[in-house]
Amino acid sequence: MQNSKAWNFGDNVNTDFILPGRYLELTDPKKLAEHAMEGLDPTFSSNVKKGDIIIGGKNFGLGSSREHAPIALKYSGINIIVAESFARIFYRNAFNIGIAAIECQNISHKVKTGDNIEVNLAKGKILVHGEKLSIKPLPEFMLQLLNEGGLVNYIKNHIKEW
Amino acid sequence: MGYTISEKILAEHAGLKHVEPGEIVKAKIDLAMAPDLTAVLAYNAMKEMGVSKVWDPSKVIFLLDHIAPSTNIQNATLHKQCREIAYNEKMKYFYDINAGVCHQVLPEKGHVYPGMLLVGADSHTCTHGAFGAFATGIGSTDMGAVLATGKLWFKVPETIKIEAVGNLQDRVYPKDLILKIAKEIGADGATYSSIEFTGESIKNMSISGRMTLCNMAIEMGGKTGIVETDEITLEYLRNRIIQKPNIFKSDSDAMYSKILKINSDKIVPQVSCPHSVDNVRDITELKSININQIFIGSCTNGRLDDLEVTAEILKNKIISDKVRLHVTPASMGVYKKALEKGLIKILIDAGAVICNPSCGACFGGNNGILAPGEVGLSTSNRNFKGRQGSPEAQVYLCSPATAAASALTGVITDPRVI
Ligand code: SF4
Repeated sequence: MQNSKAWNFGDNVNTDFILPGRYLELTDPKKLAEHAMEGLDPTFSSNVKKGDIIIGGKNFGLGSSREHAPIALKYSGINIIVAESFARIFYRNAFNIGIAAIECQNISHKVKTGDNIEVNLAKGKILVHGEKLSIKPLPEFMLQLLNEGGLVNYIKNHIKEW
Repeated sequence: MGYTISEKILAEHAGLKHVEPGEIVKAKIDLAMAPDLTAVLAYNAMKEMGVSKVWDPSKVIFLLDHIAPSTNIQNATLHKQCREIAYNEKMKYFYDINAGVCHQVLPEKGHVYPGMLLVGADSHTCTHGAFGAFATGIGSTDMGAVLATGKLWFKVPETIKIEAVGNLQDRVYPKDLILKIAKEIGADGATYSSIEFTGESIKNMSISGRMTLCNMAIEMGGKTGIVETDEITLEYLRNRIIQKPNIFKSDSDAMYSKILKINSDKIVPQVSCPHSVDNVRDITELKSININQIFIGSCTNGRLDDLEVTAEILKNKIISDKVRLHVTPASMGVYKKALEKGLIKILIDAGAVICNPSCGACFGGNNGILAPGEVGLSTSNRNFKGRQGSPEAQVYLCSPATAAASALTGVITDPRVI
């Protein structure tokens, strides 16, 4: 269970917002984190705290395949993103690096930035303002990726049968 | 029950008789491509997986195109690392800064063939569906897994069928068609899906036009775009590919999650307005929009036929002094042909700046960045806020003909009236 502060960025948060293209040459994850969400909120990186949760509306993470985007978020301390829907490549990238991308109906209309939000992945429940919301169950494989800390570890552990 | 081309290619590569949408399969990769900005991350991920060498150096291609030539020490270092990895791994194919945009270079050099399964560490890898391949963009960790093992897991996508009937009118192009489709389907209307382009308009369309369509499948959330292989495909591939094409066709009773019929005859030039690709209008609805910078290039519209239309419109004319025009051929092959045909001279005489083949202004890396408050018009595929420079700039998307016509006037202009 995680009890955290929410950051709501609304619909269509694209990868150029999450990490603008001009920073793609950076390879140090900590440096990437300094520019996380810069396209929407240049103060995000200095105000975000470890364990905070990002909220989105529909099509979160659309655009580029750049893994720099979820990496920038991860090294900003984000390990859960809850949105109404995700773009395909971002969804995969998030799980691959150990961020849980959780789909939950209407979430962007129920939570404001600064609100408190409780996410219980094991029970598949979210608690906001005393209201319990259910989340779309994760496919078995995605759960396993999260449990093993992402695709790097997963391959390390299962290379024989991969 | 029948199957679609995408399902058949995935089944074959997963070693299964058939696969169903939603099923997760592990499939063998025929070719893995990584461009400069993502290659090193992918390679590092492979190393972290405890694997020291790529699975097959003849099936991995690194390519330096996004920022080429380098513009600062940081990206120069990235390029240096890519070169060293390619050399040490004895990669059979490596393309340095003198090649062009990955999605143009791969087919031109004969790496793409019907029936293959291709992954690229770049979202527009879907472009290669124009050749009857299943091609999709992946992130660097996924690419790390591919470099390590030659395999990747896929969720089998549902297929959306687009049937484009009739033919595009004069000065209306595949770019206008795909913008119209993006408007209909929406920026997330094809999430996780494969988009199969069919119909008379596609049958009569050049390879270049089909690449423009498939290129933008991702802008609707698509996993890939795909076109059935025909004589036009094979003609393009003749003398380029070594592999024997493995041609799949969708069965007549294949299952589609959605079928969208579009009448190409009725389409007028389309413009995608800031800041979302599906915010598309008929050009006739737009009122004098002043522009500062025009970019003609990218893996969407930087090919020879694109430069031909541009030159045809700009011939013996001078662009408006209110705009700057950057033309970036998508590859060195395109550039050379444009030189031979005299197109480059026409463009320079008209006042264009010719940039070297690369991604250029497309993603705001170099070669033409927008300042705050400026308006750009671009033949590329994305107009997200901040994509081509300042987040306070605006980007409109259109066909090369619309871009060229607008270069003459300094405002977004219908190419049919010039
Ligand atoms: S031209 Fe633009 S869209 Fe195409 S690969 Fe380069 S940056 Fe991406």
